[in-house]
Amino acid sequence: MTNLFDLDLLFVTGKGGVGKTTVAAALAEVAARRGQRVLVCEMDAKGALATAFEVTELAFETTEVAPNLHAMSMSTEDSLREYLRLYVKIPFVGRLGVLASTFDFVADAAPGVKEILAVGKLCWEVKERNYDLVVVDAEASGHVVSQIGAPRVIADLVQVGLVREQTQWMLDILEDPMRTGVVVTTTPEEMPVTESIELLQRLTGETGTHPAAVVANRVLPAMFDRAEQKVARHVRHAVPVLVDAVGPGAVAVVEAASIIESRRSIGAEHLDRLRAVVSELDPPMSARGRSSPVPIITVPELFSRAHGRRVVTLVADSLDEEIS
Amino acid sequence: MATKRTRAKRSVATDEQPSLDPLLASREMILVAGSGGVGKTTVAAALGLAAVQRQPGRVLVLTVDPARRLATALGLEALGNAPHPIPNEALEAAGLEPRGELHVAMLDTKAGWDELIRRHAPDAATRRAVLANPLYENITSRFVHSHDYLAMEQLHDLHATGEYDLVIVDTPPSRNALAILDAPGRMADFFGSRLLRWLTVPYRSRLFTFASKPFYQVADRILGSRFLQDVADFFVLFQQMEAGFVKRANEVEALLVDPRTAFVVVSTLEAAPAHEARFLAESLLERKMTVGAIVANRVLPPHLASPLASEAAHDLAERTGRDADGAIAADVAAATGDDPDVVDRVLHQMATRFDDLAMVAAREADRRTELAALAATTVTVPWLSGDIHDLRGLGRLACHLRGVADQADSS
Repeated sequence: MTNLFDLDLLFVTGKGGVGKTTVAAALAEVAARRGQRVLVCEMDAKGALATAFEVTELAFETTEVAPNLHAMSMSTEDSLREYLRLYVKIPFVGRLGVLASTFDFVADAAPGVKEILAVGKLCWEVKERNYDLVVVDAEASGHVVSQIGAPRVIADLVQVGLVREQTQWMLDILEDPMRTGVVVTTTPEEMPVTESIELLQRLTGETGTHPAAVVANRVLPAMFDRAEQKVARHVRHAVPVLVDAVGPGAVAVVEAASIIESRRSIGAEHLDRLRAVVSELDPPMSARGRSSPVPIITVPELFSRAHGRRVVTLVADSLDEEIS
Repeated sequence: MATKRTRAKRSVATDEQPSLDPLLASREMILVAGSGGVGKTTVAAALGLAAVQRQPGRVLVLTVDPARRLATALGLEALGNAPHPIPNEALEAAGLEPRGELHVAMLDTKAGWDELIRRHAPDAATRRAVLANPLYENITSRFVHSHDYLAMEQLHDLHATGEYDLVIVDTPPSRNALAILDAPGRMADFFGSRLLRWLTVPYRSRLFTFASKPFYQVADRILGSRFLQDVADFFVLFQQMEAGFVKRANEVEALLVDPRTAFVVVSTLEAAPAHEARFLAESLLERKMTVGAIVANRVLPPHLASPLASEAAHDLAERTGRDADGAIAADVAAATGDDPDVVDRVLHQMATRFDDLAMVAAREADRRTELAALAATTVTVPWLSGDIHDLRGLGRLACHLRGVADQADSS
C-alpha cells in the first residue's frame, strides 16, 4: 500500500511531544528488520534518540545500535569539518577546532548555514549510497520548514561561493518525491493535528519536498461498537447495581471506560479533520509517474509502562504490520 | 457525578484545596511555562479569568499561539493582536462573575521586531535601511530565539505602561523551554560577539584582517564574499542600535528575577512533558527565579489507581464474558432496559480495559509527586471532557486553578 521504504531519505517531524523520535527510531528499525542498511540521525542533539535505543550517547560518528541499524547525532561543527575535508582541501585541518567554533558565530547569524550543513551531511550519505535508507529525527513541525528548506533559502541568498555550488545536488535529492519524503507524526489531539495540517499544506510549496506519510500515534482503539456505545452510556446510570455486585470500586471502572471512550471520540474527530486534508493533497508527480496518495498510518496507544527500546520495538511492530 | 462529589469530600477532609489565588493576588507578572502541547495557552487564559473573578483590577493575558477556537473565544480573530478587553457581558453570558477587567493580546513576532527597530533606530534612514534589508526578516525570525526574546520584551513593555495590575504571558513554544530564560542574555552577548565586531569593521580594514586570518579566507570561500557583505551591511546597521538593545535586554533580564514576577510551570503527567517540566522548574530555581506554582494538567482521577477499583474490575471481568453466568449483566440490563447480551459485552469490555487506564493513572500519580516537590503550590486539573475552546470551559478550568467548587459541575 505504501512505498515508504523505497525512498532514500525520510524526514520525520511533528509537534513536540507526539513521539516523533520514537516513530523515527521505529521506522528505522522496521527498515533494518527488512534487511535494509539504515542510518537514523537525531538533528537536535537533545539525546532523545540515544534514550530510545538505550545507548549512553550518540555522536556524529555512527553507532550500530542493531544489526544494519546505524545511529548518529548531528553536529554542525563535525559536519563542517567533514565538509571542509571533502571539498575545500585546506591544509590545516588539525586546527579546525578553533576555526569551527568561530565559524559557529557566522552560522548562527547567517540564515540557513547551520541547517544546510546538517541537511547536506544527510544528503551526502544518500548521494554516496552509503545506506539504503536514511531516517532523520528532524526538527519539530514549527521549525522543520526552515530546516529542510535551507538549501532553497541559501540558493536564493548566496550568490556565489562553494555553498551555493553545493545546493543544487542537494535540491535534486530533496525535491524528488521518489527519493525524499517527509513523515508527519501527530497524536489525535487538537494542536498536533492543526500543526500537522498547516505543515502538510505549506511543505511542498516552501521546501520543494513532499509528504510521504502521516503517522497517527497513540490512537486509542475503539472500546465499543455503535450499539454498545449507547448501552455503555446507560450503564453509567446503573452504577449502584454494579456497586452492589462488585463493590464501590465499580464507580472507577465505569468512569475509566467513559474517559477512554470520550478521549477516543474527540481524537477520532481530529483525525477526521486530518484525513480530509490529506485526501485533498495532490500526490506528487515525478519523473517515474504519479505516486500513490499520502497514507495515514495508525499506531495504537500502547498503555505500556515501558520506556526506551521496548517502546521502539512495540511501535516498530505495529508499523511493520501497517506498512506493507 | 457521584464520583466527583466523593472525591471533593475526600480532599477537603485531608487539607484545603491548593489554590493559585494567593499567587494571582501578590504578583504583577506571571510567566506560564512548560513543554509544547500541555495546555499552556489555555492555562494562561484561565489564570487571567481566575484573577478577574477573584479581585478587581485590570489583567492582561499575552498569548502566543492559541488554537483557533480558543482565539475566537478570546476575540483575537476579530480584534487582532493589540490588547483589547473581553467585554464583561461576554463573561457573564458564560456564567462567570468578573470583578475586574480581562484584556487579551497576541504576540506578533514580525510586528514586534519592526517596533523594536523603530524604537532603537537612531534616525529614519537607518530604520528604513534595516526594514528594507533582505536579511532582516530571515535573521530576526531565526536567530537568538527571537520569539522568546520578543515575548519578554512585550512583557516588559506592557508592564511598564502601568495600565495593568497583572500581566500573564503564555511563553512561546520553544524547542527547549529554557531558551526563554537565556534569551535576554543571548541578545546582549550577541552584540558583544567577535563575529559582530569583525563583520562591522569597515570593509577595507577587513580586507587586511582577511589576509591574516585563515578563518576568514575559508568563510569567504565557502559562503561567498557577496553574502558575507550582505550580512555585514545588515549588522553595521544593527550595531547602531546596540546600546538601546543591550540596555533593554538587561532590563528584561532583571524583570525575570524581580520579586513581582513568578513562573507557573504547566505539565501533563505523561513521561516526556513531566520530565521537561521538572528540568525547567529545577533550572528556574537555580537561576533564582520564582516557581510560583506547578499546574498538573489533564490528570486522570487518582482513585482509578486504587486497589478497590482494581479488585472491582477483576471481579467484574470474571463474572461477565462468555463463561460467566450473566447474573450481573441481567441485573444491569433490568435497570437500563437494554439487551442483557450487549450489556454483558459492554461490562466485560469495561472491566478488561480498566487495567490500561489504571496503569496510566498510577504512573501519573508518581510523576505528580515528583513535580510537587519543586514548588510550594501544586494544582491538579482533572482531565476535563473535551478541548477547552470557549469562555465557559475556561471558567471551569479557572475554578480548578483557584481550588474552588466548579459551578458547572454542581449545576
